[in-house]
Amino acid sequence: MKDSPSRPLYLAPYYIWIALFVIAPIALIFYFSFLDLTGAFTLENYQNFFSSVYLRMTLSSFWYAFLITLITILIAYPTAYWLTKTKHKQLWLLLIIIPSWINLLLKAYAFIGIFGLYGPANKLLQALGAGPLQILFTDFSFIFVSVYIFIPFMVLPIFNSLDKINPALIDASRDLGASSFTTFRRIIFPLAINGVKSGVQAVFIPALSLFVITRLIAGNKVITLGTAIEQQFLVTQNWGMGSTIAVFLILFMIIIMMLTGQKEKGGLYNGKTK
Amino acid sequence: MKEIIRAASAILIVSAILLYAVNALERSSATVGGGSISVYNWGEYIDPELIDQFEEETNISVVYETFDSNESMMTKIEQGGTTYDVAMPSEYAIEKMKENDLLHPIDHELIPNLENIDPYFLDLPFDPGNEYSIPYFWGTVGIAFNPTLLEGQTFESWDDLWNPSLEQEVILVDSAREVIGMGLNSLGYSLNSTDLGELREATDKLKTMGPNVKAIIGDEIVEMMRREEAAVAVTWSGQAADMMWINEDIDYSVPEEGSNLWFDNMIIPKTAGNVEGAHAFINFMLDPEVAAQNADYVGYSTPNEEAIALMDPEVTEDERFYPPKELRERLEVYENLGLEMLGTYNELFLEFKMDMEN
Repeated sequence: MKDSPSRPLYLAPYYIWIALFVIAPIALIFYFSFLDLTGAFTLENYQNFFSSVYLRMTLSSFWYAFLITLITILIAYPTAYWLTKTKHKQLWLLLIIIPSWINLLLKAYAFIGIFGLYGPANKLLQALGAGPLQILFTDFSFIFVSVYIFIPFMVLPIFNSLDKINPALIDASRDLGASSFTTFRRIIFPLAINGVKSGVQAVFIPALSLFVITRLIAGNKVITLGTAIEQQFLVTQNWGMGSTIAVFLILFMIIIMMLTGQKEKGGLYNGKTK
Repeated sequence: MKEIIRAASAILIVSAILLYAVNALERSSATVGGGSISVYNWGEYIDPELIDQFEEETNISVVYETFDSNESMMTKIEQGGTTYDVAMPSEYAIEKMKENDLLHPIDHELIPNLENIDPYFLDLPFDPGNEYSIPYFWGTVGIAFNPTLLEGQTFESWDDLWNPSLEQEVILVDSAREVIGMGLNSLGYSLNSTDLGELREATDKLKTMGPNVKAIIGDEIVEMMRREEAAVAVTWSGQAADMMWINEDIDYSVPEEGSNLWFDNMIIPKTAGNVEGAHAFINFMLDPEVAAQNADYVGYSTPNEEAIALMDPEVTEDERFYPPKELRERLEVYENLGLEMLGTYNELFLEFKMDMEN
């Protein structure tokens, strides 16, 4: 579309949308983070955040988010690579994406059944000779379910950037005598790194603030910043403290976006789709 | 461009059709005359048949919604938007709602069935003279356990939960006041304690229970116990009754050091749209037959004397769910400790959750 006088008019809904649903909520969170229970100005929330409880919570959130992201990459990368080699790419991709349309709560409840003492997972273990194990409410079940939920969000951007790579480059690398490993290291990996970065953004940040799964699958034995925010808003009604934790989450998000930032546009939706 | 316009108009047309359908459906479900009331209650906390019966008797149609915590209920009523006519908060929430001027006074003339209520449950400290609230159900916090999974072990004391034989067996309810309160009670302190030293001691004691804790969850406790996934749970009496309904092996006890005694009550929010209908509903729920049927269904203890007379004595003489007055003496009712103290309780609860495994 050419530049025309009507262009700002087309953009107006977009700007209003951004102002109402992006800028205003973030501004409100900042505002509330400086209020105490009575609504008076205070810096106490920030001071409180640096107490040992919240710092340790932040560290443990980061640790779990890191583990979840790492395992997701380890599974999603080969999957995405294999997808680019298959005949019916779009069909396989769809099959991987479909589970992400199912409500998170439903999936969590399904896993309660699967991982239960009398569930199929333990039946299988018993058939293999290992007695019934406590799988539910452990670190293992928490990470397993989280990885399962995040895999589609990692596969999609990696697939898109791998699929975009011109096969001629790989052929050229082979022709010039590079081994498969060198080809991967020097050609495929650098060209697809943006997909991995987008995937990390799509997984790491939500993983920091998971809270439904921490309760249903980890039995509240894993505490993330999300749990704390939920509690501050719904139970303690300390919106100030809840907002302060949210402010730090936003900060962490910005830092991660900067670390995984990309000069060239790429990732999620910029890839070749057909 | 053409495609965008086509897609946009398709969305608009579909939305218009859906809007029309929703409206038509709502119109057909509203009965003519009598108006409607909306009731806001805890999940699984009423016999749905009674709602139909009420609609038939009074021609008032009922819109029924549920909440899962006093806090979220209060937040929703406070924000307005939806007008609820009747809600069922717990006693400390009523105190807070009174403070915030969220309640409509109740006209006792319109509730003749109030005389069916055991006077023990009237005129309680959280609402003197029952100006704003009418008792609905009451109960305790205690330990539900399955002796068949525990070689006959019983639970007379909170300290029994610390028994090393219970490794990875205990489920706790995900609620700060219940869990910290249990720690306080086990040390012989009041569960309304605001003494930071006592609270610290209770939290430190709770942490030593870490190895025994299997999970800290909400309503899922009932399913876990029913399916024998867990052997012991700290929970509310009515949840225990729900478990026992399906799994007869399960037993329930209120530890001797004391525990929480709570009351849920019917109130009319200030924002109510149909105050008259709300009174009619409250009066209906206090009818002996209705209250008896409701108590049978829900499993919590009814404060309705006349209803108790109609119920199976095996239920109402069960001291686990209808503790006699002497036993109730050692139980405590939650006081509204104020937001600041509630914050402290929650902070300690978080700390306990974080340090459990060590």
